[in-house]
Amino acid sequence: MRPRLHTVVHVCAAVLAAGSLGSTLHDGVEDRGAALAFGLLVTVGELTRRGGTLIREAAPLAAAGSLSYALLGEIAGRPAQHGAAQVVTVVLAASLLGSVPHVGRGDGHALDAPARRVLAVGFVAVCFQPLSGRGAFDDWGGPAHALLLLALLSLSALCDAVLAAALARSRTGWPFLPMLRDELRALPGIAAAVLATGAVMALGVAVVGLWALPVFSVPLLLAQLSYRRYAAVRATYRQTIASLARATEIAGYTPAGHARRVAALSRAVGRDLGLTEPELIVLEHAALMHDIGQLSLVDPVPAGATAVLPVTEQRRIALLGGAVVRQTGVDPRVARIVERQADPHGEQPLAARIVRVVNAYEEKSREGGPGGPLTALEDLRLAAAGEYAPEVVDALARVLSRNTEEAREYPDRSR
Amino acid sequence: MEALPARARAYVAGVALLALLCLLPLPVLPSPGLPPGGHVPWTPVLLLAALYAGCERVARSRLVAAPYPGGVFHPVLLAGASLLPPQAAALVALPGALLLPVEQRPHRVRRLWRAGRLVLAVWAASRTHLAAGGRDAVADCDVPGALAAAGAAVAAFCLVLTLLDGGLPSAAGAPPRGRRTAAAADWSGRFLRTLAPLTVHGLAGLMMALLWRSAYGPVAALLVLLPMGVSWWAFAQAHRERAAHQATIRALVQAVDIKDGYTRGHSERVGRASMMIARELGLDDERVEMLRFAGILHDVGKLGVPTRLLTKNGPLTAEERRVIELHPEYGHEMVRGISFLGEARAAVLHHHERLDGSGYPYGLAGGQIPESARVVAVADAFDAMTSTRSYSRARPVPVALEELRRCAGSHFDPRMVGALVRAVGRTGWHPAVTADESRTTAVPGPAARSLTDRPGARR
Repeated sequence: MRPRLHTVVHVCAAVLAAGSLGSTLHDGVEDRGAALAFGLLVTVGELTRRGGTLIREAAPLAAAGSLSYALLGEIAGRPAQHGAAQVVTVVLAASLLGSVPHVGRGDGHALDAPARRVLAVGFVAVCFQPLSGRGAFDDWGGPAHALLLLALLSLSALCDAVLAAALARSRTGWPFLPMLRDELRALPGIAAAVLATGAVMALGVAVVGLWALPVFSVPLLLAQLSYRRYAAVRATYRQTIASLARATEIAGYTPAGHARRVAALSRAVGRDLGLTEPELIVLEHAALMHDIGQLSLVDPVPAGATAVLPVTEQRRIALLGGAVVRQTGVDPRVARIVERQADPHGEQPLAARIVRVVNAYEEKSREGGPGGPLTALEDLRLAAAGEYAPEVVDALARVLSRNTEEAREYPDRSR
Repeated sequence: MEALPARARAYVAGVALLALLCLLPLPVLPSPGLPPGGHVPWTPVLLLAALYAGCERVARSRLVAAPYPGGVFHPVLLAGASLLPPQAAALVALPGALLLPVEQRPHRVRRLWRAGRLVLAVWAASRTHLAAGGRDAVADCDVPGALAAAGAAVAAFCLVLTLLDGGLPSAAGAPPRGRRTAAAADWSGRFLRTLAPLTVHGLAGLMMALLWRSAYGPVAALLVLLPMGVSWWAFAQAHRERAAHQATIRALVQAVDIKDGYTRGHSERVGRASMMIARELGLDDERVEMLRFAGILHDVGKLGVPTRLLTKNGPLTAEERRVIELHPEYGHEMVRGISFLGEARAAVLHHHERLDGSGYPYGLAGGQIPESARVVAVADAFDAMTSTRSYSRARPVPVALEELRRCAGSHFDPRMVGALVRAVGRTGWHPAVTADESRTTAVPGPAARSLTDRPGARR
């Protein structure tokens, strides 16, 4: 059996870590004060990690601290003595120490983050430390040196994004390019703050010594706080929309859990079709609220099954739903999708096609009993032309066949 | 706010004049802080001024849309204050404050005010920094000394801003004498609220100054702004998302309105009455807000009741009544997944319980009923009585309060009834005002608030 990519990556990281550890044990630790200070910073950064792997860059301070240690060429004006192996060792030891309280949480993918950190830090340190130790940058001017650090960090960030997308693909089978696009799109956010802080800390320590570490970590901590608040608000918002969607279930218009199932499946299909993260969020909200128009009906549709209604009636309910969503202040794109979910697929936006297909699949497979899912898929394929978009049905079939435990458990960054 | 009162205009003119005096000795008089030749270091001044104006411009663009107008890039100003002579440092703030657009009229006065207060504050910060010996500390890379000087500079910056902002409302409309102590408390509170974010800005400014002076130069100093910018972006996003969230909560309520036209506005009004009771009871702000949500959402379970029953004219049968009485449980089922609602969820479930145990759904009695539910029950009954329903005409407020007092002890908690009576007696009951409008006007001094742009101001 061919080893899967994430195993290869883990083995590479482990080899790098073991090699560095051996070399450091053999040569001893140089500049103990700096090693201790940076180790402490990374440990503290790891201790402030929240939300496991759900938030992109959950421990920004630790990441920035490790990168800046890798880029440290001088301490308060005198050259630093440590080599690349020591950098990796210190960062690894501090990360492990800092993540002790998190171990008990049982995060299935806990190995990915440290492996990526070790590889990224190793890459930067191996690029920078030998050259700096030999004095290769001595005749570079100050500003040029700062720009060099920035360029090196940007390169490492690009490599890390590719690695992250590849790891996600290897675990879940999601298409690589959209994942990479999402990773790259996230770079200007907290990742950029981490890179900038990493470079600035290295320069700051070079100028004023280890005092720079506490002072320079304050803005990044602030950024982390803001991000966490943003994530919390988004999570609350999602809960509220899900509750709004449950109104139709409690009112007896649709079966329990229908909206949630349609939303989850729509998201998976959307990901397979290469939608970006913001598009996926809009799609998910639209899927959650796709039945909300039924609240305006005086009498419920039998079992909430809109897919079997006449097209004009379907369209009327969709328009009513769009009107409700429009009042809610949710992103207007959500209302547009809800409105157009019953149009012929040639005229629909992609997200509306997905909602229509997945909703019909959910209703049909529920009625069909044990063999339901397969017959439902067959029904959708054979349905009158113009009702269900064939490419979306194909994507749905792919998602259903791939729907392994792993894909379901993989941390979803939008939540 | 088309026209400002003359006193406010005079105040702004005075501030601008003072600011001009701070800038004036620039070319003519030799003054402390300037290098021996008396020349202004124009290159850093221009660089920093361009940086400040540019950053503020970006922060106002649609991309970021910072929720508070201005005051975002104080680190640049504070870095200038610790690098440059006071006059030159004050100059850094000038182009950005004068040139960038303002949202409200009168534009010219507002720009003048914005520029004047910033110039004065930066000048004061820079003077303080100079007096505290911060220039040498920054040049020698003596971090503890530089930290102390930066702290003093930030305190001066914050103090000047607070004093200037605090002076404005009294110029716009002098507060009555009895309010003096309240005004003092307001000022100190404002000072502390401004100080916390400014301390972080001051640290970032210090970092910029240290790196600017070092061999790595302005390029490295620029990098300091990136984490700050990212955190402001996230802050703005969180703010926007929260606004959308509030609108969605209201949608839950509008969904009820779709079904039951008679209750239109009822939820918002109950939210408002619950808030009045909570304030009167002296609950903290967070619980007041929670009770507002509880009031707004208390009937959300009516979504689960068939529309025919809600809109039925004439008496209900026992069976129909039982179905309608399920609505607290339906509502709780809907909102129990929304974790931030906290105790408001209990209020949704128990708002039809009565003190003597004759209510529904669980027949709880006395202290078993959660406090939030007892508040909402009184607010709900009060609004039901004072608004027109299919089965009854609206009653006048005093009659409704008398009725509540009559039922206190058997149906309602006398504490909540008493609080409502006191609150209505003091402020009156204005059912036309929705909960949100009352929220924005509840903050003191709206006229002054729109002129001042405090960095730490929340929403």
